[in-house]
Amino acid sequence: MLTNHQIAERLERILLTVQKPGRYVGGEINQVVKDWDSVETRIALAFPDIYDIGLSNLGLAIFYEDLNARTDVLAERTYAPWTDMEAAMREAEIPLYTLESKHALADFDILAFTLPYESIYTNALNMLDLAGLPLFTKDRDETHPLVIAGGHAALNPEPMHAFIDAFAVGEGEAIFGEIVDAYQAWKKSVQDRPALLHQLAQIPGIYIPSFYETTYNADGTIDTFTPTQPDAPAAIQKRIVGKLPPPPTRPIVPSINTVQNRVAVEIMRGCARGCRFCHAGMVNRPVRERPVEEILRAITTSLENSGFEEVALLSLSSSDYTHILDLIRQISEQYKDENLRISLPSLRIESLSIDLFEMLRGQGSGGFTLAPEAATEHMRNIINKPIQTRQLLDVAGEIYSRGWTTIKLYFMIGHPSETLEDVHAIADLCKQVISEGRKAMGRKSKLNVGVSTFVPKPHTPFQWVSCDTVEQMREKQHYLRDALKVPGIKFNWSNPNETIFEAMLSRGDRRTADAIYHAWQHGAKFDSWREYFNHQTWQSAFAEYGLTSEFFTNRERSLDEHLPWDHIHTGVHKSYLAEEYNRSQSGTLTTYCREQCHACGILRDYRDLRAQYPGEDWKCPEVRSIVTDQTVSVQVEAAQ
Amino acid sequence: MIRVRITYTKKGWLKYTSNLDIQKLWERAIRRARLPLAYSQGYHPKPKMNLAAPLPLGFTSSAELIDIWFTEDIAPAEIQQRLAGMFPAGIEIQKVEQVDLSGPSLQSIVTAGEYHIELKIDLPINELENRVAAVLQSENLPRTRRNKPYDLRPLIEELHVIDKNHLAGRLTMLPKATGRPEEVLEVLQIDPNDARIELTALILAE
Repeated sequence: MLTNHQIAERLERILLTVQKPGRYVGGEINQVVKDWDSVETRIALAFPDIYDIGLSNLGLAIFYEDLNARTDVLAERTYAPWTDMEAAMREAEIPLYTLESKHALADFDILAFTLPYESIYTNALNMLDLAGLPLFTKDRDETHPLVIAGGHAALNPEPMHAFIDAFAVGEGEAIFGEIVDAYQAWKKSVQDRPALLHQLAQIPGIYIPSFYETTYNADGTIDTFTPTQPDAPAAIQKRIVGKLPPPPTRPIVPSINTVQNRVAVEIMRGCARGCRFCHAGMVNRPVRERPVEEILRAITTSLENSGFEEVALLSLSSSDYTHILDLIRQISEQYKDENLRISLPSLRIESLSIDLFEMLRGQGSGGFTLAPEAATEHMRNIINKPIQTRQLLDVAGEIYSRGWTTIKLYFMIGHPSETLEDVHAIADLCKQVISEGRKAMGRKSKLNVGVSTFVPKPHTPFQWVSCDTVEQMREKQHYLRDALKVPGIKFNWSNPNETIFEAMLSRGDRRTADAIYHAWQHGAKFDSWREYFNHQTWQSAFAEYGLTSEFFTNRERSLDEHLPWDHIHTGVHKSYLAEEYNRSQSGTLTTYCREQCHACGILRDYRDLRAQYPGEDWKCPEVRSIVTDQTVSVQVEAAQ
Repeated sequence: MIRVRITYTKKGWLKYTSNLDIQKLWERAIRRARLPLAYSQGYHPKPKMNLAAPLPLGFTSSAELIDIWFTEDIAPAEIQQRLAGMFPAGIEIQKVEQVDLSGPSLQSIVTAGEYHIELKIDLPINELENRVAAVLQSENLPRTRRNKPYDLRPLIEELHVIDKNHLAGRLTMLPKATGRPEEVLEVLQIDPNDARIELTALILAE
């Protein structure tokens, strides 16, 4: 393997031949470069898409600061090279390296992938290959880095089970340190790779896929899923932090233009709304908020450290943050002379207030994004997103009349039990919204309508349902395309083949791993990039292993089917998901869980943690642990 | 309002950062240093700063020039001190001097650039000297750039061999009459990929 100096030397010869060479060199403000020989453990943090997109990933930013805060560890970054750079690297025989020190990935102790979505899987394989590492966990030994993964998509780890040595289930802040400690202990003991995996398996929240075996029924469903090692737990419980630790404050400032250049502060984690289609809303429970002062401190320090001109207040539903008005008022006051833009992605229609509009006014951004998802009461009750049409129109009117020229509305088609009437209503609602714009500001008003197709996700109340077929999607999209040929309205829709691809992988089982490998071998990469996604490649990859897309996508599962991700426990119990599914079938709403606890399972699974972190920051009801006869009983107090 | 002219370096990996992105680095450094950058009037205010000449991607420079306007009077020494440490590795501020607010723009007074070229290949020194001499003795060096014919020779103001791996030269840098070091390398029959080029001075009209 080349030394880091040899890699740097070779890079100089190819970088001027590729687009945006600044992606591949590091050296940015706030990067951390430690003396390679001064630390015990070296970790490469890998984002399987290009630098421009990966740089703003909040998860990796958190690990980067946390891990580098340890004196015995160094953490460096690596991203997927764009195809021109990949070709140049292969030609010049440069292995994949980290930006900071230019060391080959093979020189690291741990290679950690974040897997936020399914269409990134083939890039992860490609990165292993570019690093010169064996792709399959079974082919790697103690001479190779330990390959771990986490992230939202990894909550159904099975499609990637063959390639990853260990999955971290849940919130990385809670578990990464323990992985490093276990690694260090193993390294000192001079044992083989299986010994390391056994040590890792003892950490709650770690899933070692090679310690389990799946058998299938004749119809292709799972018969049994069992540990093959006595020390492998039957189920893996998601790890979480009881209190959100202070946010990272040394954001890397790219030396080239990237997708998002801003300070991003997570103000709240989790969402209490309970939309039944929403993966993030189910798997990130419980809701935990950061105190206003802590957020303000983080913003001040991050701006001082970066010079960024924008701050984004991130969460799944920022207007639901308890102190949102206070927070924005304080930020605006503190930075009133400094041209600081404040962006608030993910605003909830029901929690938008006139005060909030007034404060966001003059933020310079031309657009305002809202996600009603559905246009009829029938459908809103099914998906549990009960906004009122009148309320949406009022909000739209307020937005236009305050000078925003463009509103973006997101809808989804393909929800379970959808009728054509539900689809027609989307077009009608959009026309009503644009007429609010015409009333407020005339022909300057614009409406961008994005309609994606629902993909059933694991760990949600809709994990059992069938996804639309390509024909169904096309029919609905055709209707909307015609119906929305209205001046001022721009309509965007998703490619049905890409939707089916996402649906195949999101509820995939272990057999999908073969298809992923086959697709990668036949050139699949950058599957989330329209210009690279190849439907045919994926169809043949599935066919090669006797798998049909119908089995994974257009099949209604029975509630007692053994699902591929059943051994991963997110705290929201399967019985609760089933109950929610049944309520959706009868069109019954489940209220905002801050108003009333619906016992989704979180408080039962994390009661000790809740007791350890009492108070306002955690939005589940308080619990009190009472120690009697060495057993802990828990009393759930009435929700406020 | 004051206007300052800053001389700085652009070295190391930053040579792969474009001029537009370098402007952004300046904006952010000034924000971090809490210096009172002046903005243009209008609906989309733009920071008032001008780079002297675009440095091609891949070249390093020890003599970049930028003019920046501040809304308050601040001593050049203080500006230099407050900007220290606000840039990625590769940018170092060499000099800050106050210039006439109403003076001509930097771009309009650049007349030439001086370059230092390091060769990554080994040519016998007399071979290199012979090639340089041949170029300097030629009456004209007709070439085409973007399908347009031009003569490179009058754009080469100076060119000499330092040792077998190093050349130095001065090339004209005027609107529609700019000599490029990689073109000089080509007439010397040297692949520009085998060379590292650094701008060492920008010559300004008196």
